[in-house]
Amino acid sequence: MGMQVAFNRWLSGRLAKPLVFVAALLPVVWLVLAAAMDWLGANPAEALERSTGDWALRMLCVVLAVTPLRTVAQLPTLARFRRMLGLFVYFYAMLHLLAYSWFDMGFELADIARDIPKRPFILVGFTAVLLLTPLALTSFNRAIRALGGKRWQALHRLVYVIAGLAIVHFFWMRAGKHNFAEVAVYAAILGLLLGWRLLRFFQKIGLQPSSILRRQLSK
Amino acid sequence: MLIKTRNDGFTHPTSSDITDRAVVENRRAILKRMATGVAGTAMAGWAMRQALAADGASAVQRPGKLQALNARASNVAGAVSMDKLTAYKDATSYNNFYEFGTDKSDPAANAHTLKTSPWTVEIEGLVKKPGKWALEDLLKLSPMEDRIYRLRCVEGWSMVIPWVGYSLAELIRQVEPQGSAKYVEFVTQADPKTMPFVGSRVLDWPYVEGLRLDEAMHPLTLLTFGMYGEVLPNQSGAPVRLVVPWKYGFKSGKSIVKIRFTDKQPGTAWNKAAANEYGFYSNVNPNVDHPRWSQATERRIGEDGLFARKRKTLMFNGYEAQVGQLYAGMDLKKFY
Repeated sequence: MGMQVAFNRWLSGRLAKPLVFVAALLPVVWLVLAAAMDWLGANPAEALERSTGDWALRMLCVVLAVTPLRTVAQLPTLARFRRMLGLFVYFYAMLHLLAYSWFDMGFELADIARDIPKRPFILVGFTAVLLLTPLALTSFNRAIRALGGKRWQALHRLVYVIAGLAIVHFFWMRAGKHNFAEVAVYAAILGLLLGWRLLRFFQKIGLQPSSILRRQLSK
Repeated sequence: MLIKTRNDGFTHPTSSDITDRAVVENRRAILKRMATGVAGTAMAGWAMRQALAADGASAVQRPGKLQALNARASNVAGAVSMDKLTAYKDATSYNNFYEFGTDKSDPAANAHTLKTSPWTVEIEGLVKKPGKWALEDLLKLSPMEDRIYRLRCVEGWSMVIPWVGYSLAELIRQVEPQGSAKYVEFVTQADPKTMPFVGSRVLDWPYVEGLRLDEAMHPLTLLTFGMYGEVLPNQSGAPVRLVVPWKYGFKSGKSIVKIRFTDKQPGTAWNKAAANEYGFYSNVNPNVDHPRWSQATERRIGEDGLFARKRKTLMFNGYEAQVGQLYAGMDLKKFY
């Protein structure tokens, strides 16, 4: 228990936030350096497109882990990192979109516009980025106040839809090569994080199987 | 009565009448000097290959990693591309060889376990002379030729690779297909002991590829034993593979152990895995898109930088003049 208290105190300290910020930036710093030094292998464009997508998905897992960790590990102070981590999801997703538009499509807007509806996995990925945008735009305090907590929260539940779209996008992209091992890992992590929320939701509204059973029996 | 004279306008001078032998030889000497760098690096590659085409000297810089495999120049039409060669390092570290893993870097890391000696290739099916060929005998069947081919992967990237081998037609003529043979099936090695990903659910093993007999007989279809003047590295399909330059790379099976002549179109690995995505023919075709990616453009590995526009993909990967007639009258959108 003492360690938890100490950790919570450290998390609420002055150093924690800048450190998390720098840590979340490390992947992009590495990618820029590696691209400049020619460390990305034979096909650097593909490497950048894939790693920015990987990092967007990883950040999504991290931000969705905040609430379960806060509750299960009793680290309430984790909440102060949630907005920053959420914005990093958007940051890496935008880099991913940028890499695709630039390296794959040469910024030809007409080609991109034709490509998005033509290829289902691009459409799904693009929709996910599109849905992330209002979340990023309403992440500052004034927007929260303007919307009101309830409506703001309802809007930000879109992240669950986005998580689903991200997995479908990744699955569909890998389906061309029947290569699902990595997709399964991310799907399992996201499934666990969303499943935990679902379980809690049912507990909250008292829909536990046992309670239903009890109500039935008492009649 | 017809009397043929030199002045009737139908008899043309031979090239030696126009250009003196000494001038030709001097021209070759100049090309060779250019190749050594006198004329600057920009022209060197071109000049080197001109010199190679002129007298068959090995012009490709050997990486010095594996046993040398000497060859002569090829006079097959389209056999020597003038495009800039892909670096040996890129060509041998960025591979699709799913028996060794699905990541592009896996084959280079894992393929050292492949046992390439002894190696036999079994010829079976509708041929008059079936049987087992030891690799040593296959190597001696016909003179080795240097072939510089463009390689276009179905994933949208391409390379230019100097292969060493001879036309598969040489072997096919030796084994004498029966009249009923219409297709050739290539069965590749599938040894779970040396190939860690054989048994994974990605594909049906062994990896099988196939060609129509006339495609297999085309002189550009290469039975390949080496690249960059040396024997094939394991990740590139040692010790013997196929290279069909006008088709997507996956049609060119690696580490071949069986060649079977049949009267029915063989079921090929990727076609069995996803028939709507990978057809039997799989000719490079910028007008027929793969459902997951466009085939109109490609990125040349090591050459088209990060911010360069991708280059246009050519019909039949630029080999239309040589192979177009094989598909005359066929709907290539239907037979993709």
